[in-house]
Amino acid sequence: MYSFAYHCPASLADAKALLGRIEEARLLAGGQTLIPTLKQRLASPDAVIDLKGIGGLAAIERRGDALAIGALAKHAAVAASPVVRQAIPALAGLADGIGDPQVRNRGTLGGSIVNNDPAADYPAAVLGLGATVHTSERAIPADGFFTGLFETDLEPGEIVTSVSFPIPHRAAYVKFPNPASRYAMVGVFVAETSSGIRVAVTGAGPCVFRLAAAEQALARSFAPASLDGLRVDSQGLSSDIHAGAAYRAHLVAVMARRAVLQALG
Amino acid sequence: MDITLAVNGRQVTASIEANTLLSALLREGLALTGTHVACDTSQCGACTVLVDGASVKSCTLLAAEAAGATVVTIEGLAADGALHPMQQAFHDEHGLQCGFCTPGMVMSAVDLVAGNPDPSEAEIRAWLKGNICRCTGYQNIVKAICAGAAALRSA
Repeated sequence: MYSFAYHCPASLADAKALLGRIEEARLLAGGQTLIPTLKQRLASPDAVIDLKGIGGLAAIERRGDALAIGALAKHAAVAASPVVRQAIPALAGLADGIGDPQVRNRGTLGGSIVNNDPAADYPAAVLGLGATVHTSERAIPADGFFTGLFETDLEPGEIVTSVSFPIPHRAAYVKFPNPASRYAMVGVFVAETSSGIRVAVTGAGPCVFRLAAAEQALARSFAPASLDGLRVDSQGLSSDIHAGAAYRAHLVAVMARRAVLQALG
Repeated sequence: MDITLAVNGRQVTASIEANTLLSALLREGLALTGTHVACDTSQCGACTVLVDGASVKSCTLLAAEAAGATVVTIEGLAADGALHPMQQAFHDEHGLQCGFCTPGMVMSAVDLVAGNPDPSEAEIRAWLKGNICRCTGYQNIVKAICAGAAALRSA
């Protein structure tokens, strides 16, 4: 690791001030991506700003028809939360399937979505449930948050504080994990919400995306059979040593059907 | 920078660099070399320790992040010279071959049974996703954790 300064501000205002003052600073949440990145010298920030000292960023609570989950809520906490398990069991299950226990004991919701790894699980839930990302500056709808490979709509100096997930009528997340990394080769989040059907796909392409054809088919009838014959275009999907684009396209349809079946279960 | 943390029941103040990993502080700063660093890429789990009761990979945590925390390493398990029941179970069931991954396996198992005192074999195998044994000695590791959990339940 290159050397850097370490700061542990006690408030969001202090963290923002540090971000404004230091030329290249990185925010540290759970560190499960940032620390390995630093160790491989893929990043050389002047400073690391640890958010753990800021109170109230890990809260999990139900607010009316939505679940508000703090940016620093750890995957293990979301997975075990009775509030999440009761309101959106698919979200608790998704959190329980991220990485491994040690990663889930450190990794956070905010860290995951801000990094926007193309194969991360959480972006599928945020987009699939039509969640709202709250930051130090504003509220960003999920449809506008994830903008590309490791890219989000966040401005420099902006800090994610929580995510508000509307509680769906039913939902499920099914993924085909890479057997070594546990990242999703393809993961599909399906939700029947008060504003319609949403289907979000992670792992398949450079950035999480919605699958309009599946949403329209499921809007007619929310059943696995509605997706029979669903053809997913492999154009623009990812190809690597683990899977080619055509195989990923095939997996999207398979995972989508399984997710619908699970949501009905 | 100076940090203070509790390691195996002892308050420790250490002078560290900002980029010091917890695994480096434990091994090089405090001479607790029972915590092993194998892959050093956050995948193998040999460096697993408990931070505030939760199993974490100490190679993927800045020492500074552990300031004020309570850390337990493999050296902190045995009380008064007697092996912890999970350590004894690994001994009895021969839950190791070369032994390099063992400290991480034991710490991970201790965290598992703290939250799930009677885990099924499937639950044990699922929990061990974060711990890799390159001797592939998983069969006896799983048996050892079953036995360790049973010993802890009757303790």
